[in-house]
Amino acid sequence: MSIVIHHLTFAYTEGGKRLAPTLKDLDFTIEEGEFLGIIGHTGSGKSTFVQHLNGLLTAEKNMVLVDGHDVFEKAERRKVRELVGMVFQYPEYQLFADTVKEDIAFGPRNMKLPEDEIESRVANAMRLVGLDYDRFADRSPFELSGGERRRAAIAGVLSMHPKYLVLDEPMAGLDPIGRTEILDLLETLRRDSGCTIIMISHSMDDIASHATKVLVLDHGEVSMYDRPQVVFSHVETLERFGLSVPSITKLCFEMNARGVQIPTSICTEEAFFTWLNEVKRNA
Amino acid sequence: MRDITLGQFVAGNSFVHKLDPRTKILIMILYIVMTFLVKRIYFFVIPFVYLLAELFLSKISVKYIGRSLKPVRFLLIFMFLLNLFFSRSETETVLWDLGFWKLTLEAIVQSCFLAIRIILLVAGASMLTLTTSPIALTDGIERILTPLKLLHFPAHELAMMMTIALRFIPTLMDESEKIKNAQMARGADFESGNIIRRVKSMIPILIPLFVSSFRKADELATAMESRCYHGGEGRTRMHQLHFTRSDLLAIAATLAIVGILVVLLVVFK
Repeated sequence: MSIVIHHLTFAYTEGGKRLAPTLKDLDFTIEEGEFLGIIGHTGSGKSTFVQHLNGLLTAEKNMVLVDGHDVFEKAERRKVRELVGMVFQYPEYQLFADTVKEDIAFGPRNMKLPEDEIESRVANAMRLVGLDYDRFADRSPFELSGGERRRAAIAGVLSMHPKYLVLDEPMAGLDPIGRTEILDLLETLRRDSGCTIIMISHSMDDIASHATKVLVLDHGEVSMYDRPQVVFSHVETLERFGLSVPSITKLCFEMNARGVQIPTSICTEEAFFTWLNEVKRNA
Repeated sequence: MRDITLGQFVAGNSFVHKLDPRTKILIMILYIVMTFLVKRIYFFVIPFVYLLAELFLSKISVKYIGRSLKPVRFLLIFMFLLNLFFSRSETETVLWDLGFWKLTLEAIVQSCFLAIRIILLVAGASMLTLTTSPIALTDGIERILTPLKLLHFPAHELAMMMTIALRFIPTLMDESEKIKNAQMARGADFESGNIIRRVKSMIPILIPLFVSSFRKADELATAMESRCYHGGEGRTRMHQLHFTRSDLLAIAATLAIVGILVVLLVVFK
């Protein structure tokens, strides 16, 4: 199963008038089990695009199909929102309940699950994001620290057991440890529950080291959709779009410019060291 | 939600736009007095002509006036019908007798009279907001209320509060849209169920919205204080308000018209 994007074109309307399209003829498939990184400069349509994945925005019939469910159909939307979990930018701003436990239970409760199932899902989601149940469950979400609140909010989405998890800059404003924790959480989710991850991020390093596929949006159009090694080797194209490349790729590119023969498809530290060892062995 | 525009200011560079906001507030008050002085329907000609003149001088298209009248259309119809049915006068010219109710000429005149008054009031008041930016308006209000400072009335603080409130309306709209989306993604349903369920379903939007407004207020206060804001005491302003010859002219002309109206009212009693 997969998310099929079929010639998706979308324009916002303002005062009854259609504005210039924000998304232009997007056409690709997100396979199950992928870790998709979405990059693009501000205003390239990233956030607009991901809101189509669970029908918060819709264009026309048959343009976005999640496991065969058309997000355009109102009747399908409930199912689609259960399949596709969405973590917005600064998700901690959506917390509202008296206790962390109740807030995390909001999603499952809307799914009308039995009470014991909700209970176990909440505990499970809290364990996943690393919030100790006994310590945090009955506290007010507004008493928590910034990082804890972010994790509580993400747990609120995970408790719905989404098959596809969409995250819009989930690491924005977090310290380095907080960032690593979120990325590790995403890896765990993908490995253990086979959850497909779709993440918007401005950190090319994070995308390079975690994504299995990268989507580059430019002015609402798909300019690249490929493995990170391929995408990041187009250093000049990316820079023309106002994007950067991972620091390692930048390093390789600069070394190439200074006469060192090094493949520009290297975009992770791991790949760099593999190459270095190879060179050492050959020398 | 994005279609809601508060403060319907239309930027321009006309005679009316360039008037001091205090002048515009003053002439609006005079204009309101004018419409209330009118006791007979044909005297509405005077405020009407005044409005037309203002409209002409401000170069604002009539369609904006129409737009500002739109929200009061139901009130207008309601008032009109109510008066048509229930107004009584000493002399009654019956046009149509249904037994339990008589349509009288006087009732029609009375209904039209009230409708015209409301239309003129709303149109005149919207001329002020159409030609004055919200910032200029609060500035003007602050200056007009300044004498009350002697009675410890917080004129500056009040104006600052109004300015901030206006500035945050679009921000909060945006924010509520975002929170709504986030809760909808978690399966929240705002569209079905009875009225009680719908009101209850707003809680997950309202609480985060309140929390974020408090946070924003706190941040703004810190940002203002770190730039040495400490209230109105000794504060100078970037845009000084100055009365010019046009202001004098506008006020004099308006006063003259009020005078003419009063004279006419006395003469044609």
